[in-house]
Amino acid sequence: MRTIASGLKLDTLKVDVNGNVVPVAYEHPWIVRICHWLNAISLFVLIGSGLRIFIAFPSFGPKIPQHNFLTVPKALTIGGWLGGALQWHFTFMWIFVGTGLFYVVYEVVTGKFREVLFRPRDAKGVWPMVRYYFLFGRKPELTEPYNALQKLAYTAAVLFGVLSALTGLVLYKPVQFRWLAFVFGGFHLTRVWHFLAMCGFLSFIPGHLVMVLLHGWNNFFSMLSGWKKGPEYLGR
Amino acid sequence: MDEPRSGQPPQSANETNSPGEEPSQAQSESQVGVPQRESEPVEPAMEPDAAEQTLTRSEWKKLNRRELLKLTPIVLAGAFVLPGLRTPLLREGVALGDWASGLLFSKTRLAPTFAPSAVVPFEKFPYNGYDVLDPGVDLDEWTLTVEGNVQRSGEYTLAQIRDLPKITHNVRHVCVEGWDAIGNFGGVRISDFLRSVGADPRALFLEVECADDYYESVDMDTAMHPQSLLCYEMYGKPLDRGHGAPLRFHFPTKIGYKHAKYLTGIRVTDVLKPARGYWEDQGYPWFAGI
Repeated sequence: MRTIASGLKLDTLKVDVNGNVVPVAYEHPWIVRICHWLNAISLFVLIGSGLRIFIAFPSFGPKIPQHNFLTVPKALTIGGWLGGALQWHFTFMWIFVGTGLFYVVYEVVTGKFREVLFRPRDAKGVWPMVRYYFLFGRKPELTEPYNALQKLAYTAAVLFGVLSALTGLVLYKPVQFRWLAFVFGGFHLTRVWHFLAMCGFLSFIPGHLVMVLLHGWNNFFSMLSGWKKGPEYLGR
Repeated sequence: MDEPRSGQPPQSANETNSPGEEPSQAQSESQVGVPQRESEPVEPAMEPDAAEQTLTRSEWKKLNRRELLKLTPIVLAGAFVLPGLRTPLLREGVALGDWASGLLFSKTRLAPTFAPSAVVPFEKFPYNGYDVLDPGVDLDEWTLTVEGNVQRSGEYTLAQIRDLPKITHNVRHVCVEGWDAIGNFGGVRISDFLRSVGADPRALFLEVECADDYYESVDMDTAMHPQSLLCYEMYGKPLDRGHGAPLRFHFPTKIGYKHAKYLTGIRVTDVLKPARGYWEDQGYPWFAGI
């Protein structure tokens, strides 16, 4: 076990690979892993079925006259027809919100949120990471599991989840949650917010996937087994 | 547990543990590692707090395998890929939403009502017929058949219905497709009508038949809601053919497809027929409260 920079304790071991001893860290407890994968599956289904629902009325304006906002190819959607898409959407919303809530509560209760929550003091670390990834800048030294850009991305993803769940609740029950509808500027505008939350995820996901690809098997495997071999912040 | 931080790289601990020892104890302790304090970021202070085990390669593999097995619950999600399981699972998912919707519904919580300025012009209130916009109802001969758990079943004319206190309000109509429109609706409370025909106040459902082959059913709580109407007017004029003349349901607390048009008969019952609603029988949620 080691204490990492933000005061959080991380389970660590060493592994002897043919005489070469490397430190390993238990980065992702199994609860986090299960939440991650179930949440990823449900997000995939919710976006696919959500787009199919959107096709039924692809506009944010009035019904008469209807001005379509954009055309979504049916092949990119899930559910086949509006009713089928509603079934997928209304089933996986439970899994999405359930795993999301469980994850957030778990992070707060265990204090693990400290390693991933973006805070004002992380702001100064964002630009060096952007420079490193996109502008061939020097690689900033990493002293904890997540760098500033990762914290920003993951914190934003959680916020997109909160926004999509709350706006979804308003769209699902605009009368029962009329006060919440009011917070989002009314039923009509809530559809826009719900759509924007999806756009947030659609901007997060490709970046996330590209980074996972770039960082290789060891990093990817840590979201399956929890353990990461020789993470940079543990030193040599 | 808090050792002084020297900022130096960790000593490569050479302690070798007995090969049989399970590393999982150390894990379970640290999973709920309670943060000690809120501290400013410090330089890589990465010495181990306690002696670290050094695993052999095979122990490491065993450890990973055990961790992988903990993910087996995710495999259950694969059930949605199998057509034979998908359909019942999705049906259960929708049923869960219907159940929660029923719990959320309150007989006294009212749908928002709007000022006349917020109402869309009549021409801009959509006709959303599922099939035909005029099933050819003979308005002069029309009656509403009332049956089931009621004391005075029989045929009721529009004039008899109109004798009950009239309600008009501007409410939002929300369509399952995603659009909404604020309209003006007039009619009598379903609750008033049901009382006038002596309906069993403890009955659970209301089933309706329509002049087109549409059919619907709603929970009695929603039917008895003070804003639920047997609607015969929109915008101060008798319903036109497209909007369901001469009589339709209007539930400001339900999604649009529950608002059956061209009503010809209602039945008060405790047991729903297997055919619960035109769209519901094809997969839409039944409760559909908003």
